[in-house]
Amino acid sequence: MEDTKSLEVLAPGPLTTVQDLGRPGFGRYGVPPSGVLDTFSLRVANLLVGNGEGEAGLEITLMGLQVKALTDLTLAVTGGDLQPHCNDAPLEMWQSLRVRRGDILHFKAPRTGCRAYLAAGGGICVPSVLASKSTNSASRFGGLEGRPLRKGDILTVSQPQRHLSHTGRALDKSMIPRYPRQCPLRLLFGPQAEDFTDTVKKRFLHSDFEVTPQTDRMGIRLAGPPIQRKKGLPESIISEGVVSGTIQVPGDGKPIIILVETVTGGYRKIATVISADLPRLGQIKPGDRVKFQAVSLQQALKALEHMEAVIARLKEEAANL
Amino acid sequence: MPFIASPFSISETSPSYEEFFREKTTMIYNRLRYRTMGDRALLVDVGDEIHATVNQAVRALFNTLEQNPIPGVTDAVPTYRSLLITYNPMAISLTTLQAEIARVWNRLKPDDLPGPERFEIPVCYGGRSGPDLEWVARYTGMTPKEVIRLHTGISYRVYMIGFTPGHPYMAELPEALFTPRRKSPRPHVPRGSVGIGTNQTVIYPFESPGGMHILGRTPWTLFDPNRFPPTLLNMGDSVKFFPVQEEEMANWKTRNPWKS
Repeated sequence: MEDTKSLEVLAPGPLTTVQDLGRPGFGRYGVPPSGVLDTFSLRVANLLVGNGEGEAGLEITLMGLQVKALTDLTLAVTGGDLQPHCNDAPLEMWQSLRVRRGDILHFKAPRTGCRAYLAAGGGICVPSVLASKSTNSASRFGGLEGRPLRKGDILTVSQPQRHLSHTGRALDKSMIPRYPRQCPLRLLFGPQAEDFTDTVKKRFLHSDFEVTPQTDRMGIRLAGPPIQRKKGLPESIISEGVVSGTIQVPGDGKPIIILVETVTGGYRKIATVISADLPRLGQIKPGDRVKFQAVSLQQALKALEHMEAVIARLKEEAANL
Repeated sequence: MPFIASPFSISETSPSYEEFFREKTTMIYNRLRYRTMGDRALLVDVGDEIHATVNQAVRALFNTLEQNPIPGVTDAVPTYRSLLITYNPMAISLTTLQAEIARVWNRLKPDDLPGPERFEIPVCYGGRSGPDLEWVARYTGMTPKEVIRLHTGISYRVYMIGFTPGHPYMAELPEALFTPRRKSPRPHVPRGSVGIGTNQTVIYPFESPGGMHILGRTPWTLFDPNRFPPTLLNMGDSVKFFPVQEEEMANWKTRNPWKS
């Protein structure tokens, strides 16, 4: 059994990349984790088509991707609703389905969220670089030749025929995230919260921020009331490691939510988004408004346990098939 | 800053345990300090300044943790004065993690640290390769030749790798070369550019934005994801630059220790 040429890219859209759950563990070399932004969605898509949760899939940004199936495949599309269609008929999300050779998938425009995820039964085949198949576009390695997809690319899938039985499986409807525009992002203050006055911290929690167009996989740049550090403190700090979700405030007082393509930073970080809400960061797009809500570590861990329980249930189902 | 005098910076022999702790009482915190970054990351602070002794202690802690991994830890990023530990909070609690790190720290034997690797790196200074050499000369009141002589005159310690893959942050520049960073960073600094800013000198392994003043360019590759380790330089290494002519660049490229 061999890898099979399975998908031909007819149009790549503004940014479609091959990603898995990233390459943690290489931070000491200045290598950011990369990987999908919305980990929940990729994990679910993979489990629905019978893959391991960390297989490589496609991260589709906003719109425009068109791919043609070159063979029969099991697919699942999750994440933001980019109005996926199969041969002009709307395609059901959050479930595994069979596409036939010659079918054309098209992602039209975002109705909710910002990024959709496509998993193929068997997994997208690209070489593993530094222990991951994720694309690092800035440094041009991983994924498909270290770059976003282009028109004419052919994606291979590992033994797709072995996954054809995994169709018709769906995530429980009540578990499907809807990416509401109003739902605040939960956070824990720190690591440099003490460098901001209580007044500024209150303003930070009680304001709406607009997501600016200067938003990519490195970070979400926000505009809103200035979040100024305490008077007398220098603009930058001694550079240190960062994780995605941490909210860095440069000298101009405009917060940046750090995402997966960043490894170190030299600005103060007022707060950090909790792990359970990280997947939602991948569904925020320019023009959206975000709000924050402070929670306790206990609440953060409870929310994470809740999310992991959904994944665990899917894994169990897949194992019992 | 007593960069050269530090027993940790570039001496051949490892300092004794006593020396380590004598240093520890001066600029290294008596106890590690912890700052949480959300629910899955912990900053472990060893000291509060950019200093070779502090940085060497970060390196010692990092190395020991790398050789004796704590279950549940997913990544560790050593920087100037801190170690960022990322962990799975469902596998290990914050309290246990802190206790484990403190246990490792209290038993730290800096003698086990591998010595620094030394590199001499070719740089083509000025011209197209170093668009800011003239500016730096004017700012510091020297001739471009003097700037090059100073920049190539001493060895630098690699304090950390960060910003982009394989990007070394090196210090301590001779004081006469201290400059403020560029007011507006360049959107595209060419790959291999060698820059200075504040008390630091860096090499850009990739074309990227950059706020340093660019003195020159090296033909060497600093990052190769298909090798392991993927970086030419690592934290704690010692780097000295030497000037080469533009026509020699292609020739020097092949003498990369990686022979890429």
